[in-house]
Amino acid sequence: MEIEQTALPGIGLKHEFGTQSGRRVAVVSHRSGRRDLIIYDRSDPDRACEAIQLNDEEADALVELLGAPRIVQRLNALHREIEGLVSLQLTILPGSPYDGRTLGDARIRTRTGASVVAVVRGPQVNASPTPDFRFEAGDVVVVVGDADTTAAAADILTDG
Amino acid sequence: MGVLAVEAHNTAIVFLELGGIILGLGVLGALALRAGISAIPLYLIAGLAFGQGGILPLATSEEFIAIGAEIGVVLLLLTLGLEYNAGELVSSLRGNARAGLVDIVLNAAPGAIAALLLGWGPVAAVAMAGVTYATSSGITAKVLSDLGWIGNRETPVVLSLLVFEDLAMAVYLPLLTAMLAGVSLMTGAISLGIALGTVTVVLVIALRFGRFIEAFVSSPNNEVLLLKVLGLALLVAGLAQELQVSAAVGAFLVGIALSGELAHEARALLMPLRDLFAAVFFVFFGLQTDPTKIPPVALLALLLALVSIVTKLLTGAYAARRAGIARAGRMRAGIALVPRGEFNIVIAGLAVAAGAHPDLGPLAATYVLILAAFGPLAAKLVEPLLTRPPSSAP
Repeated sequence: MEIEQTALPGIGLKHEFGTQSGRRVAVVSHRSGRRDLIIYDRSDPDRACEAIQLNDEEADALVELLGAPRIVQRLNALHREIEGLVSLQLTILPGSPYDGRTLGDARIRTRTGASVVAVVRGPQVNASPTPDFRFEAGDVVVVVGDADTTAAAADILTDG
Repeated sequence: MGVLAVEAHNTAIVFLELGGIILGLGVLGALALRAGISAIPLYLIAGLAFGQGGILPLATSEEFIAIGAEIGVVLLLLTLGLEYNAGELVSSLRGNARAGLVDIVLNAAPGAIAALLLGWGPVAAVAMAGVTYATSSGITAKVLSDLGWIGNRETPVVLSLLVFEDLAMAVYLPLLTAMLAGVSLMTGAISLGIALGTVTVVLVIALRFGRFIEAFVSSPNNEVLLLKVLGLALLVAGLAQELQVSAAVGAFLVGIALSGELAHEARALLMPLRDLFAAVFFVFFGLQTDPTKIPPVALLALLLALVSIVTKLLTGAYAARRAGIARAGRMRAGIALVPRGEFNIVIAGLAVAAGAHPDLGPLAATYVLILAAFGPLAAKLVEPLLTRPPSSAP
């Protein structure tokens, strides 16, 4: 897929691409931080028929909604690309010793060497969670490391 | 005591006059906002009403307004420069030189030819060329944003033409300043050389060493930042004026040299000041124009406006076609370029101050009145005509 980048002097940047279904979509990033989601007219492909102004929070929400299923796919792809790198998705089951406790409590990196890169909760992805992140039952914890360290991390999250 | 009493009385009158003008501009601005047009034509009309031959001539505050107007020009150009960074200017020069040249030829011609036909001489012709050439980047940017055209694919073409025009101003204004000063060809060539040299040096400095200037100007405190940027701009403007390069160009170059987050912050801080002094500038131009001189030139101004609407439409269509834009988009690009405004008045102001033909001021004022008001309106009217109803297929 080709993303076309155009400078808008005095305003900011525009990134634009065509979808497989034949529509064109763009995002205008204003210097002020404002973002517009642009949908181009089908009959006049030069004209923006919809320009939806998004504030920071709304843009983040849109990214998360569109990106949540993708992050896991991408991790799997990464996994295949780099020999020896293992990523596991570990679900916190009800009754896990860490259900209701924080990431810092588990001390996964110190004890195993593996890293928790994201926690997926429902549609929301918490990338790079901080030590005070509190697990809940149903969270999917994405752990990256080698085969031994990720297995050790899995043991910690299920047995403590 | 007697002197003090007179001064106190003068202060009172100055405050009364300034208060009346600024409040009046506020009310006019509100009207313009409601009507969805640019406030510039209304400010000009206000100036006409207060000036010589107007309904309510000012007594004492004209001197202050004159200085305020000069500061207004500096701020207009400074904030314009802050919008762009040197990289954008250079890439716009590279990518759009041909469309930019077509823009100059097509749109400078009506003004220049009109001045020559009227027998105003070559200097007035150069000034009038500038009056019809420059699109108002302020009004056009507002049109693009109001009509939701920012995402359109012809918009980068329009914006880079505006950048090209602003860069052309950096060469044109010193040239005009020199010609208006009535200097010889030799001195004129020297001052143009100085101008071109300065522009080049500033662009190189901004591209290579921009971070040093930014390190000097930058401050976490808004007050300090405002004072540093404004002080720097006025200093460089004064220096440029002294070198006969035109104060406006100096301020523009300061704006160019600052970029990134710093430029964004400085612009936000300067905007209220710019709004105040730019309004003062438009009023001042109106003040200098005798309203009784307008009717005789009105028809000519209308004709000139019509011709230059057509030439801008052609310019936009040509530039957009080169960028592979379809017919409707070409039309939009042309319409977006129609509004004239601040620059045209700056140019006419320089000519009037240098004692150009007495009809030049009224003609330029009427011309800008028409196009600043009609340009955005035309874009609004044309928009639905260019839009076919969306197809119902998914």
